[in-house]
Amino acid sequence: MKLQQLSVFLENAPGQLQLPIDALAKAGINIVTLSLADTEQFGILRLIVEDPQKAQAVLEKVGCVVKVTDVLAIEVADQPGGLSHILNVVGKAGLNIEYMYAFTEKRSGKGLLVFRFSDSDAAIAALQTAN
Amino acid sequence: MNRHPISAPDFMQQAALRDTQLSRLRQMVGRAYDNVTLFRQRMDARSLKPADIRSLADVRKLPFTVKADLRDTYPFGLFASPMKDIVRLHASSGTTGKPIVVAYTKDDIRVWTETMMRSFAACGLHEGDIIQNAYGYGLFTGGLGAHYGAESLGATVIPISGGNTERQLMVMKDFGVTAICCTPSYFLHLIDQSQQMGIDMKKLPLRAGIFGAEPWTEGMRERIEAESSLKAYDIYGLSEIIGPGVGIECEHQCGLHIFEDYFLVEIIDPQTLEPVPDGQEGELVLTTLSKHAMPMIRYRTRDITALYPEPCHCGRTIRRIRRIGRRSDDMFIIRGVNVFPSQIEAALLRVEGTLPHYVIVLTREQDLDQVEVQVEVTPDFFSDEVRVLEELQKKLVHSIESITGIRVAVRLVAPKTIQRSEGKAKRLLDKRKM
Ligand SMILES: [Zn+2]
Repeated sequence: MKLQQLSVFLENAPGQLQLPIDALAKAGINIVTLSLADTEQFGILRLIVEDPQKAQAVLEKVGCVVKVTDVLAIEVADQPGGLSHILNVVGKAGLNIEYMYAFTEKRSGKGLLVFRFSDSDAAIAALQTAN
Repeated sequence: MNRHPISAPDFMQQAALRDTQLSRLRQMVGRAYDNVTLFRQRMDARSLKPADIRSLADVRKLPFTVKADLRDTYPFGLFASPMKDIVRLHASSGTTGKPIVVAYTKDDIRVWTETMMRSFAACGLHEGDIIQNAYGYGLFTGGLGAHYGAESLGATVIPISGGNTERQLMVMKDFGVTAICCTPSYFLHLIDQSQQMGIDMKKLPLRAGIFGAEPWTEGMRERIEAESSLKAYDIYGLSEIIGPGVGIECEHQCGLHIFEDYFLVEIIDPQTLEPVPDGQEGELVLTTLSKHAMPMIRYRTRDITALYPEPCHCGRTIRRIRRIGRRSDDMFIIRGVNVFPSQIEAALLRVEGTLPHYVIVLTREQDLDQVEVQVEVTPDFFSDEVRVLEELQKKLVHSIESITGIRVAVRLVAPKTIQRSEGKAKRLLDKRKM
C-alpha cells in the first residue's frame, strides 16, 4: 500500500517537536504514526496522517519546512522470516531501503512496516512479481 | 632597555621627522600620479597636481583609496612600477573570492625588512635571540615579513610556519626559543596544550611574543603574561600598506608606535570623512611614504583607533595609536584570515542557487576562534533523508572553505529562526568575549 508521508525539519533542541504536533492537533488531524530520525544537529520528523494534503498546508502555515514522499506500508507476516523475505526481494531487485519503521494498524490490528525505498514503484513491482 | 642602532629613526627629532615625511610624500604622490591611472584620474577630477602638495596637511586634498579599488583593479592595476622592478607579490582575501594582490620592489622589501627589524628591536630582541616564526608562510604577508626582519636583525629564525601544535611546543622547548611570532589566540592555544605535554611555559627562556593578525585585548595579554614567561607585544600591519610592521608596541606596552617615517597617519570620522582631534576615536587612514611598486594614498583601513600625540616613556618620537579593537565594517578576522560576510554569501549561493537566510556566529572556544554559519533550511533543499541533509552540510562547508580559505561549521536551522530586522537579517553575530 502506497502512502504519502510528510517529513518536517526539526532543529535538535528542546521543544522543537511541539510546534508541528500542536498544529496538527489544533487542526483536528489524526496522526496514524510517526518516526523521528535525528543527528547531533538536526532531526527529521516523519508523519503518516489521515489527511496529508490538509496536514501539509497546516504545517507550512506555522512555518515548518515540509516534504511529501511516497512510502510503502507493507503487512508483514507475524512469523519468523517475514521481514527477511521482503529484504531478499528488494535486495535482488537492487533497491535501497533508505529507512523503515513499524506501526500497528488500529482497525485491523495488523503489524505494518513503512519502507522508504529509493524507488517506490520499482519496489512495488518487485514485490508483486515475487508473490 | 638598551637602544638598538636600527631603532635610531624611531627617536628622530620631530622637525626632521616631519621634513622626511613631507619630502617622501611629495615624491610618492608624483610617482603615483605618473604611473597609476586610478590615482591620476582621481586627482585630475579634483584639478589636483602633485605640485599642489606643499605641506603635510595638504594630504587632505588627496582622494581616499578603499579596498574595493584594489579589487576593481585586480590584479595589477595599482602597480606603479614595471614588472621587471617588482620582486615579490603577496595576496590576501578579498570580498568576492578574488584575492587582493600587493607588490614589492627590492627597495620596498628593504623598507619592510627595516620596519620589521625595528619592530623586533622595540620588543627588546637582537642578535642571539631565537625567534620561532609561527605566522603562515606563503601568500599571506605575515610569515615572510617577520622572517626577513628577524633574519636581518641577526636573530636565529625558526621558519616553522603555522599549525602542528605539538611540534611547535617541542621546538620551543628543545631549541630554547626566546621569542615567538603568531596570533595571540594561537599562543593561548599553545599554553593550553603545553600543560598536556608537561611543559611549563613559565620556565622557558621565552622573553617576547610578537602577536598580531587579529584583534585582541588587554585581558588576553594578562592571561598570556600570567601563564608564560614572555611579554606580549601587539604588532600592527596590513598587506595593502606593507604587511606586518606598520606599528608595534614598545616595552611600555601603551599603544602602538607607527613607523611614521614610512607611513603617514590620519584618523578620520568614518561618516563625515573629516579628521578627528588627537586622542579621539576614528578610522585609521594610512598613506605609504616610500612604497614604489604599489603606493597607497589615504588608504581607509576600516580599523577603529585613536592617535596618542603625547610622548612615550620610551623616548620614541614616532607617535602611537591605541590598540585596534574593532573595525568600521563587518569584515572579521579569524585565525589571521580576513573574511567578509559577502564571501560566505557567495559560497552559499554557489551551492544552493538562491541565497538562504543565514547568520555567521563567531565564538571563542578554548581560546581558538570558531565560526559557525547557521543556514535556514528551505523547501528546495529539505529532504526526508538524513544523508541528503548531511551532504548538503558538507557541500556548504567545502564551498565556504574554497572561497574564504577557512574551515567553518555549518548548522542547518529551522526556517524563520534567524532574526531579521526590517526585512534585512543581521549577518554577523560576534560572541567572542574581547
Ligand atoms: Zn614607547
